[in-house]
Amino acid sequence: MPIHEKSLIRPEKLVEHEELVIEGMDVSGHWSTFIEGRSVPDYNETLQEEIAALPGGENIHRCWQCGSCTNACTVNALNPDFNPRYWIYLIRMGMEEELLRDKDIIWQCVSCNKCTYACPRDVVPEQVMKATSHWLELKGHTPKSPSMIFDEAFSEQVFERGKIEDGLVLREFFKRTGQPVTQPWLVALVSGLVKRFPVFYLMKLGLATVFRPRTRGWGKARDAIEEYVHECEERNRRAVGLGTKGAK
Amino acid sequence: MAGDMKYKRVAYYPGCALEGSGHAYNRSTKAVGKALGLDLVEVENWNCCGAMEVKNIDPKIQTYLSARTLGTTEEMGFDTVMAPCNGCYHNLKKAEYDLGHDPASVEVNDRLATKAGHRPYKAGKVETIHALDWIKHSIGEDGIRERVKNSLKGVKIANYYGCMYTRPRHIFPEKDQGPGTESTAKPHFMDDILAAAGAENVDFPLKTACCGGAHTLSDSDTSTKLVLNILTAAEACGAEVIATECPTCHTGLEMHQVRAEKVLGKKTNIKILYFTQLLGMALGLSARKVGVNENFSDARPLLKEKGLG
Repeated sequence: MPIHEKSLIRPEKLVEHEELVIEGMDVSGHWSTFIEGRSVPDYNETLQEEIAALPGGENIHRCWQCGSCTNACTVNALNPDFNPRYWIYLIRMGMEEELLRDKDIIWQCVSCNKCTYACPRDVVPEQVMKATSHWLELKGHTPKSPSMIFDEAFSEQVFERGKIEDGLVLREFFKRTGQPVTQPWLVALVSGLVKRFPVFYLMKLGLATVFRPRTRGWGKARDAIEEYVHECEERNRRAVGLGTKGAK
Repeated sequence: MAGDMKYKRVAYYPGCALEGSGHAYNRSTKAVGKALGLDLVEVENWNCCGAMEVKNIDPKIQTYLSARTLGTTEEMGFDTVMAPCNGCYHNLKKAEYDLGHDPASVEVNDRLATKAGHRPYKAGKVETIHALDWIKHSIGEDGIRERVKNSLKGVKIANYYGCMYTRPRHIFPEKDQGPGTESTAKPHFMDDILAAAGAENVDFPLKTACCGGAHTLSDSDTSTKLVLNILTAAEACGAEVIATECPTCHTGLEMHQVRAEKVLGKKTNIKILYFTQLLGMALGLSARKVGVNENFSDARPLLKEKGLG
């Protein structure tokens, strides 16, 4: 897929008068079409600095805008508005308002790492996407994305017990996003499986819900990780210019 | 290289997925190891590698989690750990790379390990290999050809490797090193192994396409579209089976095959099997022994038709 450039003319910038007469000339409708100029009223001069200070954003300054990332991107092939190269450009220029136009899709990066593979400058665009969506959430521009909710539900189990149980992650995710676990496709999936009566597998799954898998003697590791997670949270909040938690 | 003795007995890191949704992969990997006379010793009291999710909370915690498992492997006296899951394989490799190249990761790993009460793992002590490397390097194609009891002749297979087996390139220093090594652009180890078992591999362009595994639940519509692409492309290439080597890809393909049918009304008939299941049946193991009935996509009629299992 070729590099996708945004159309420079946006619908809301097109102005037309239904009835307009100028110096005796009727220029109603299309004859009076006018494109309002685009101007950037303000730059956020610390935007790049803030995102670079979050984990994953470190190498953003290396980008030379070749577009290899967008060209390789899995999500861009589905949605041309998903454009990592353009977002990196906006961040480096400090054009926050332009970036915010796409705030609701940046989290959709699937972490396939095709961009990182293609990038000639080791920008690690996949990590930059994660840092950017993290920044959007920290700044309150977007609510917590479904991806972040999933990551948290998953990580909490790892931190707590050292291992995860995938059925529990699934249930917890649906609970936190307010969706019923009885999605028709999930029901079809499970009932298809049960018909084949995989004894060992079902036994294993059943046992896992009662005796949750855990790493023995994990307590100290859990405490160490939780302390570090807290430290990361504080560091990230400082990085984007927020006070410590609860003391906004 | 094939016949390499050092991979005959390796530490085995199944990871969380193989204890849950990827149970069939765990069973078939162990069964194949046994049938080929290879020894797997499970890493004692292992923990989650951190997967993609912990990395998104903070990458250095993922490095610590993976390093802990590498450290346990070292303490057990092994210099090689085999991880059949792409996610685990990728993360152990990434931890190894980070600890060898990034002082900040070393500092956090040392700190967390010390607080958790164990010795911090240092880079360069343990080599991580994938189940594909394990079979390819220890038994090799010739070894498989000698041991095949029930050839996969006439089974048309699209080999699907997913993302994390080859990307990002820098964490896999042993790949792209010329003849005999794996390619990151066009991986071929699974093709080689299954071809030696008699299968007919189709030319499949989406070998390393993404199945959207990271957003299987959080952005299901995207995942469904990506999976549908892979399934329809494989069918268009003339494949009857997609062979997988990652529990997340495998479950993703199976789940979204059903979801595509329910939500988008697009039905695909292609069957999805782990490469270890196919190899196991070629080595004479029964379909039940390699857990074919534990897969969501029911391949049993097709296998019966081909005289397998």
